[in-house]
Amino acid sequence: MINRNEPLDQIKSRRDSALNALVTGVPYMNWLGITFDRRGDELTAVMPYHQKLIGNPSLPALHGGVTAAFLEVTAIIELSWSVMWEDMESGRISPDAAVPDSLPRLPKTIDFTVDYLRSGLPRDSYARARVVRSGRRYASVHVEAWQDNRSRLIAQATGHFLMPQG
Amino acid sequence: MDEKGSELSAKDHARIAQQFIEAIPHAKALELRVDDLGSGKAQISMPWAEYLVGDPRTGVIHGGVISTLMDTCSGAAVMAHPSGPRSTATIDLRIDYMRAATPRQRIVATAECYHMTRNVAFIRAVAVDEDSENPVATATGAFTVER
Repeated sequence: MINRNEPLDQIKSRRDSALNALVTGVPYMNWLGITFDRRGDELTAVMPYHQKLIGNPSLPALHGGVTAAFLEVTAIIELSWSVMWEDMESGRISPDAAVPDSLPRLPKTIDFTVDYLRSGLPRDSYARARVVRSGRRYASVHVEAWQDNRSRLIAQATGHFLMPQG
Repeated sequence: MDEKGSELSAKDHARIAQQFIEAIPHAKALELRVDDLGSGKAQISMPWAEYLVGDPRTGVIHGGVISTLMDTCSGAAVMAHPSGPRSTATIDLRIDYMRAATPRQRIVATAECYHMTRNVAFIRAVAVDEDSENPVATATGAFTVER
């Protein structure tokens, strides 16, 4: 049951701290510089340009592996976020970055297929994932990445994930 | 890597490829090492590192790191094809994750360009840790070929 009178700053703080706990717990995500913008339950992953992300110095272009990693990270966070949303909103869980045991276990990638559509420019990149099907045990997620224009994707991917059990 | 038609040994190829890799900022950041290269095959490895961890509870490296290693190794295998491509780019890459890589162990990827056409190279790759009998991940992909 939604509490219409819950203070807005309390709602925002609950959601932002849960998202922050999910994201900051992963060293690799921090190393790549990936952060997440939240609007309601919609997440946009942001990967600011950094020289160490370059895979082809003569073009220059982002490393294809970096693009793949960015897509995979986005898919995993979106999937965890969508699964924990109800529990977070009802207060059954309150993930805290400082308390590792309070963090939800992340889904495991079974397979991940990336289509490279354009070479990644030395600019900031964005990605959004959509959970196509989320079952008790398996999930299928589609994810898209772009830079300057939302309609000009640099890459897209589909992945299957094993949901954490118990 | 632009050595078509030359009479270089596999060792020379690996040395040249290592220089090539050192010039790639992201490959350098991951400390990739070319172990072997020649006739459409490549072996590239990388050390475990704290900042690459995807699951802090276990210390297991993130799948995205394996993607980078597989992608680089596959690209190197295409470039090492005897037909001497001028350059290559990934069209698609599918990775199957069989098991978590053991923390603190080196990961070794081996890629093979098993079919080559004028414009497209088809590759398969496998990544292992010290338990080389049980793959951590396998990959298949298609790459562009610039002549």
